[in-house]
Amino acid sequence: MNVTAPIAHTQGESDLIARFDAARDNLAGTVSIGALRSAALEQIKAKGLPHRRVEEYKYSDLRAFLKSAAPLAATAERAATEAALAAADTFGDLERYKLVIANGSLVADLSDISALEADGVSVTDFVEALGSGNGSALLANPMTAPNDGLLALNTAFVQGGVVLSVKAGSQVSKPVEIVHVAASEGAQTTRCRVEVGEGANLRLLETFVGETGSGEINAVFDYQVADNATLATTRLMIGEASAPRLFTSIAHIGAEALFKSLGFIAGPEFTRNQQFVHFQGENSEAKVYGVGMARGKGLADQTLIVDHAVTHCNSREFFKTVLDDQARGVYQGRINVAQHAQKTDGEMMTQALLLSEEAEMANKPELEIFADDVLCAHGATSGQIDEDLLFYLRARGIPEAEARTLLVLAFLSEAIEEYDEEDVTEGLETRVRDWLAQRS
Amino acid sequence: MLEIKNLHARIAEDETEILRGIDLTIKAGEVHAIMGPNGSGKSTLSYILAGKEDYEVTEGEILFNGENMLDMEPDERAAAGMFLAFQYPIEIPGVATMEFLKTAMNAQRKARGEDALTIPDFMKRVKEQAAHLNVSMDMLKRPLNVGFSGGEKKRAEILQMSLLEPKLCVLDETDSGLDIDALRVVSDGVNKLRGPDRAMVVITHYQRLLDHIVPDVVHVLSKGKIVKTGDKDLALELEKNGYADFVNAA
Ligand SMILES: Nc1ncnc2c1ncn2[C@@H]1O[C@H](COP(=O)(O)OP(=O)(O)OP(=O)(O)O)[C@@H](O)[C@H]1O
Ligand SMILES: [Mg+2]
Repeated sequence: MNVTAPIAHTQGESDLIARFDAARDNLAGTVSIGALRSAALEQIKAKGLPHRRVEEYKYSDLRAFLKSAAPLAATAERAATEAALAAADTFGDLERYKLVIANGSLVADLSDISALEADGVSVTDFVEALGSGNGSALLANPMTAPNDGLLALNTAFVQGGVVLSVKAGSQVSKPVEIVHVAASEGAQTTRCRVEVGEGANLRLLETFVGETGSGEINAVFDYQVADNATLATTRLMIGEASAPRLFTSIAHIGAEALFKSLGFIAGPEFTRNQQFVHFQGENSEAKVYGVGMARGKGLADQTLIVDHAVTHCNSREFFKTVLDDQARGVYQGRINVAQHAQKTDGEMMTQALLLSEEAEMANKPELEIFADDVLCAHGATSGQIDEDLLFYLRARGIPEAEARTLLVLAFLSEAIEEYDEEDVTEGLETRVRDWLAQRS
Repeated sequence: MLEIKNLHARIAEDETEILRGIDLTIKAGEVHAIMGPNGSGKSTLSYILAGKEDYEVTEGEILFNGENMLDMEPDERAAAGMFLAFQYPIEIPGVATMEFLKTAMNAQRKARGEDALTIPDFMKRVKEQAAHLNVSMDMLKRPLNVGFSGGEKKRAEILQMSLLEPKLCVLDETDSGLDIDALRVVSDGVNKLRGPDRAMVVITHYQRLLDHIVPDVVHVLSKGKIVKTGDKDLALELEKNGYADFVNAA
């Protein structure tokens, strides 16, 4: 291992170090958790925040972007939490259970814990789980990203979250929404672990509401999908925000299982949605969809590693990016197929729609295949709205703005329809319309 | 209804002149046929009427019910009653046909200051017209024109036209690609729309269509100019002798 000279810290990094010193005694966990946190912070201290000379962050230089870092959000006040919840409209009147995480901590009495219990789902406060015997296992990094900078930040600062455990065979009757509420300004660092037991079925919704000011959001979701189980998870992050929105998904998928996800992220100035999917059992399927929308000088980064470590698994990755103004989009996707992972079927597609001449997309789909009997493909496109289609719509009397909107919706709909969770995604059209209506 | 005066137009990109002085006056209630060799500028004329930006008008004017049509956006022209049935209707994946029809109808109504259609009213109209034109409701459940056969696309164009009830209908080779029965169905659909308040321009290569949709006037377009104008017998003459006599005159 190279010994690197200590780096000169940016203001953002110095703020993070100071934040850690200020918060460390109040951060949850046992002594060994504390050691993990310190080690994670040491990593940031030594290497700095992820920056463009780190391959995976080449296009998403968090170090340059994070000019300063806010303190961690203080414990949420009840009234503010309720107000932020009331003002938020995440999934309309979709029937669902709710779990509320406010300023990084589970709010038990605003959460449907006993109802979930009755439906086969046990809910534990992440802080409590961290304090248990195998707490440190909850902070494990994915094999394909052992030293990821966002994960290090998360480990150092994680305030709380939830552990959801779906009993074997449970078909949870309604989707479960984990609402992350910013009840006041400040950074929010959360981690949720979702265990879907053998043969069980869960639909998860992950939402983020309220204003964090200059505080970043760093949220990690760790999914364990057991044999024959199904997990469909929808992540929704819509709205303007000047501080980074950093999301990580880690999925471990057992045999004969199905993992589906849709990440829908529109608005913030700097977002990264990174996902690490690992097949651990045969005959399983992962369907990973993503929508990223950015404007102004914003960045929408969707990064994905799918690890086919066993035979006979299918994965489908379909990502859409819509960029306006001088926004930048990033798609980095890699399908790894291990030497013994024969009969792997992987198909990855990334498509960008540029609404302005100055918007830029970096598409980097990759296949790393060591097995010989596999079916893998990838593709990438990047283009503007087709003028002929636009003309056809306008020639039928549809005004230009509406015609453009229809074509953007059409562009996105391919991925959203394939995700095939119609009741969950039906509200997204309005979101996209609202987003487009704010075009300058 | 439509007055085209000394229209010159070129391709905006490379400045190739396509239309070289077209004069054409069409009154309400009339049906004009335009025939002419491939590449003579028929589709170009229809696109310019609809407002496609690929072309640049360098001279002349177009008045649509007295208004300067060239100043209007494509959607404004549509709301004012212009309709082009495209020679090659394009597929728009991801846009549901029914949604598109509703959006188009209501956008035009809105532009004219009319109320939006209620869903039942809209459905009733679509079902009625689709039945006339032998368009299956299954087809309408698909994305716009996606996977439609050539003939289905043409019928879908006429369905749109029937629903939008335009004042000026420009049909660019609507007959090509239609089988004999479909030709009759489509022609019946078009004829149903004929009326004292509506004008039509029918672009075609085949006299046969004009047996079904009998024109008041027939024009021959060649190399961007109208080189001959006559009655429906002109089409018969062209069918027999080809364009040679006129093309040389251009
Ligand atoms: N956008 C364009 N770019 C380049 N050339 C064009 C364009 N539009 C039209 N042209 C050219 O202009 C000429 C007239 O084309 P147009 O499509 O109007 O002919 P047409 O009379 O409709 O022919 P057809 O009977 O084959 O449909 C052709 O030579 C065509 O290649
Ligand atoms: Mg033509």
